[in-house]
Amino acid sequence: MARDEQVPGIRPRPSLGRRLDIVARHSFPATSTVLLMLLCGLPFGIADQAELLPAMTLAAVYFWSLFRPASLPPPIVFLLGLLLDLLGYLPIGTGVLTLLLVCGLAGVWRRRLTQQGFLVVWLVFIGVGAGASGLTWALTSLLSLRLMPTGPAVFQAVLTGALYPALAILLIGAHRTIADPDRI
Amino acid sequence: MIRLSIPARQVLSKLTLPVLIAASFALLLVGKADTLLADRVRTALGDALAPIYVVLSEPLGQIRAAVTGIADLWDMRAENAQLREENARLRQWQATALTLDAENRRLKAELHWVPDPAVNFVAARAVADAGGVYARAVLLAVGPNHFIRRGEIALDQSGLVGRVTEVGARTARVLLITDLNSRIPVILEPSGGHAIMTGTNGPRPRLLYWSDGAPPREGERVVTSPEADAFPANLPVGTVRFSAANVPEVQPAAQLDRLEVVRVFDYGLNGVSPPEAAHSLNERLR
Repeated sequence: MARDEQVPGIRPRPSLGRRLDIVARHSFPATSTVLLMLLCGLPFGIADQAELLPAMTLAAVYFWSLFRPASLPPPIVFLLGLLLDLLGYLPIGTGVLTLLLVCGLAGVWRRRLTQQGFLVVWLVFIGVGAGASGLTWALTSLLSLRLMPTGPAVFQAVLTGALYPALAILLIGAHRTIADPDRI
Repeated sequence: MIRLSIPARQVLSKLTLPVLIAASFALLLVGKADTLLADRVRTALGDALAPIYVVLSEPLGQIRAAVTGIADLWDMRAENAQLREENARLRQWQATALTLDAENRRLKAELHWVPDPAVNFVAARAVADAGGVYARAVLLAVGPNHFIRRGEIALDQSGLVGRVTEVGARTARVLLITDLNSRIPVILEPSGGHAIMTGTNGPRPRLLYWSDGAPPREGERVVTSPEADAFPANLPVGTVRFSAANVPEVQPAAQLDRLEVVRVFDYGLNGVSPPEAAHSLNERLR
């Protein structure tokens, strides 16, 4: 809506339907991420399914923070992190901190990364995912005062990196179509 | 909405992230100080989401059944041969079991044995994973008017699953025997040795603190021990198996990675409360 006010030109009247449409497109990143997180809790019967939730959430937050930060501001990321902690049975605050750091890093690297190709964005995300898994492991160990097994952390890091391309294909499609507020 | 000058808005937008990061540290501390609060919010969230999970788990179950059906068709021949062999073996055991059962009845009648009271149980569907990356637990969808209490014991068709740690309005969380916080007194059969089975978050819990005279042996049956009044005697848990590093582990009899329907039994035990509840209690007492 902000762009509508700044750029001159002919555009449809801001009717109620049009405004709702813009709001829906603006809120697509946040709502789709929440739905994705809820879906991850379903019993698919896959072994080690628990790592799916943090992997998907990290990928979605990273993607939208890079390519549409206006739709995923830090307060929303905070709430997503809280949901991640609650749904993923992590110590409260762990997911919040991790996601906020990912969002912050994406904000810093945004200018350079969005000009690069998909491969570079993915490679950087593999690093981000590994760091996030490590941080979650360290915080969980610290808060429960015992060394957690490292297997799940490594698996989470690998899964996070490996799932990104599949999720990114969907999100890039959405970014160009239903999540674009400037589309009429 | 308050109109702010552009520089003020820029400063505010730059400050949001650091302030929120500081808030997340505060949240970490609050979460550590009051674990009950987090549990309560989680239970409420689980209660709210349970109906959605129940509705979605039906078609998911059908898809899963179809997929396993195809896989079953594939190795039906080999399975058939294996089942025939097993059937022959089990028929011999059946004869033995019938003889022993008759003898057992006769002896109990002579001793005026007081039979164990029948226990109440509720069958519930496991609708969601409730463990996350660093815990092993499942969420059961139980009706709105259930009588499940904390500390009750969950079994599937073949063995011990775990204990109920949190109870909501429509859900109950069961901490699995493989969880890192799970400690269960067990008896090894036939040697009769006692041990403690501790979860590792891996698929097979470990055995610890067995008595010197009766070390665990490969293939022994593991059943629960009535010690500490937390479990009834003789619930099947699994079989002893030595890992590659020669550590005695228990292969659970229950299919913990694909739980569908779980029965929750009320044995009326009031011994040791389940791990998380005990943990919260300690926090309270401090």
